[in-house]
Amino acid sequence: MFRRLAPISQAVSFEFEGRPMTAEKGESVALALLASGIQSCRDSVVSGEPRGPYCLMGACFECLVVIDGVPSCQGCQVEVKAGMRVVRQSGARSMDEATPS
Amino acid sequence: MTASVIAHAGDLVELYDVIVVGAGPAGMSAAALMSAEGLSVLVLDENPAPGGQIYRHITLNAQTKRPYLGAAYWAGRPIAAVFMTSALTYAPRCRVWSLDSANPSLDEPYARVGISLGGVARHVQARRVILATGALERPMPVPGWTLPGVMTAGAAQIALKSAGLVPSGRVVLAGCGPLLYQLAVQLKDAGADIVALLDTGGGLRRGWRYLPSFLVSPYALKGAALLFKARRSLRVVSGVRRLQVEGRDRATAVRFKTDRFEETLTVDHLLLHQGIIPDTALANSAGCALEWNETLRAFQPRTDDRGCSSLPDIFIAGDGARMAGALASAEAGRAVALAVMAELSPGDAHPFEARRQGTLRECARLQRGRPFIDTVYLPARHFLAPEDESTVVCRCEEVTVGAIRRAARRGVTGPNQLKVFTRCGMGPCQGRMCGSTVAELLADEQGTEPGDIGTYRLRPPIKPLRLSEIAALPHGDADTFAVTGLHPENATDASPSLTERALCDDR
Ligand SMILES: Cc1cc2nc3c(=O)[nH]c(=O)nc-3n(C[C@H](O)[C@H](O)[C@H](O)COP(=O)(O)OP(=O)(O)OC[C@H]3O[C@@H](n4cnc5c(N)ncnc54)[C@H](O)[C@@H]3O)c2cc1C
Ligand code: FES
Repeated sequence: MFRRLAPISQAVSFEFEGRPMTAEKGESVALALLASGIQSCRDSVVSGEPRGPYCLMGACFECLVVIDGVPSCQGCQVEVKAGMRVVRQSGARSMDEATPS
Repeated sequence: MTASVIAHAGDLVELYDVIVVGAGPAGMSAAALMSAEGLSVLVLDENPAPGGQIYRHITLNAQTKRPYLGAAYWAGRPIAAVFMTSALTYAPRCRVWSLDSANPSLDEPYARVGISLGGVARHVQARRVILATGALERPMPVPGWTLPGVMTAGAAQIALKSAGLVPSGRVVLAGCGPLLYQLAVQLKDAGADIVALLDTGGGLRRGWRYLPSFLVSPYALKGAALLFKARRSLRVVSGVRRLQVEGRDRATAVRFKTDRFEETLTVDHLLLHQGIIPDTALANSAGCALEWNETLRAFQPRTDDRGCSSLPDIFIAGDGARMAGALASAEAGRAVALAVMAELSPGDAHPFEARRQGTLRECARLQRGRPFIDTVYLPARHFLAPEDESTVVCRCEEVTVGAIRRAARRGVTGPNQLKVFTRCGMGPCQGRMCGSTVAELLADEQGTEPGDIGTYRLRPPIKPLRLSEIAALPHGDADTFAVTGLHPENATDASPSLTERALCDDR
């Protein structure tokens, strides 16, 4: 997990898997989760292994989460907002069901 | 004068003289210079504030609150200040997902840039485009690198710069390159418990012939001071040959091996880094020719001495063109801006040319000593083309070293065919995390060089885009169908990103 060097000055409340969380205004969802002790935010597509943010710069797509019902959001590129409901992204991408292969 | 900062796609005009992608040192410097000469300039960057990688968040951080970021970081202040007081348009939080060169025969007289801003996608046009998209960290596939708790060293730096977060518990850094050391020192100064820095580099023998020019370069003193500080304050283990991450649901230990001993360290965080390579995604998707840089062992866009790519209206500056470092990137941005100004100026181009020559000289001076660093810090062979068959290379689709090597022995012709056979590179990251390893592995098996193997050809969108955004683009249904394979009325807000759609359709 990550620790804050300074206490939160402008708190934003959001939810992860139904649990209340607090973040600093302006930070990304991925950073907010890391600072709340959550290292893994999704399960991999093939073997279902736990995965968590890896690059924090939008390149790796390991930070994918479901935000307010929208799947495949890049947690490191989305600013955390009050009242956001964030859920783990599990299993195969929802696209796999929707797309004929 | 202040830059006009926009948050909505509706605030964009149809056509700009120059669009700059990236607000790092290269993009900021290029844009400031061109706007001072009266060109209309639009700067697009996905981050919330200017600065790029090195100066990330520079306008939002206070030196008194985050002193541990160091002098090289605070040097970005004046560059960002000039940028923010230039007569230009700047769109932060703006993702650039496509780029097309002008095509007069198809009645497309200008370059076209696909952007997503404030939840709305649009195309914007420009006479010239400057890509200043910077670099990515070179992937470092080792057994267990997909476990939570393993991150890139750059990621830890981003957490520090943009949110004042430090990894807690026991932290180990592993890999090679000057940035790894810089980061270790930065994190240590910020209060992280750095248990060890495991140096996997082994290039000192190769680099000697470049030593004299390095010693008289701007890098020498800074580099020596950094190494001294790291070695004095941290446990540095040199000559690490093997590295393995252990743990079930998260990384709990790192096992490593040198020529002399083996050891296991318990960890809470492992930070990997083996240098940086140009981010070629946009250039690649636009169809700019790429070339293999043997010294850096990386693909880079082919550019001429003006910074022009193989497409006449697309220029490339900074680390996205070739690795040069922050100071040289800023200078390179100015040089490319002057080349563009010379092309666009209705009158005499001579004054620009004279200034450009001066900028290039400064750029060369700043890069003296670079060959030594590049050579010495080149990752060891077995970290570029790993041997361990079970190591995951493609993190998205979980394709292993073994699967790729077997496919190579069966004679796959290159990364694009490998993708079809194994799904390697087919996930949402579009090969950003595996492309360089794949090229190294195929070359290794086929007894050739990555330059002969090539890399993935990217298709737009190169950044995620919702189908609803595509659907709302002011263009015909035929366009939407061509890109997505879907009819726009089927798109909803909950649609998965188009990147995924495009990639899934790729099957
Ligand atoms: C993670 C990381 C950390 C680094 N830290 C340091 C450091 O501490 N010190 C140091 O000396 N060097 C550092 N470097 C090297 C450093 O990047 C450069 O030398 C310098 O920042 C290069 O400047 P640039 O202007 O070429 O690109 P950058 O500074 O990388 O700027 C590129 C910008 O373009 C944006 N961008 C790219 N593609 C798109 C797109 N499609 N849409 C929208 N925006 C886009 C990026 O988000 C970024 O803001 C780091 C590199 C990386 C990858
Ligand atoms: S952590 Fe890599 S894309 Fe978000």
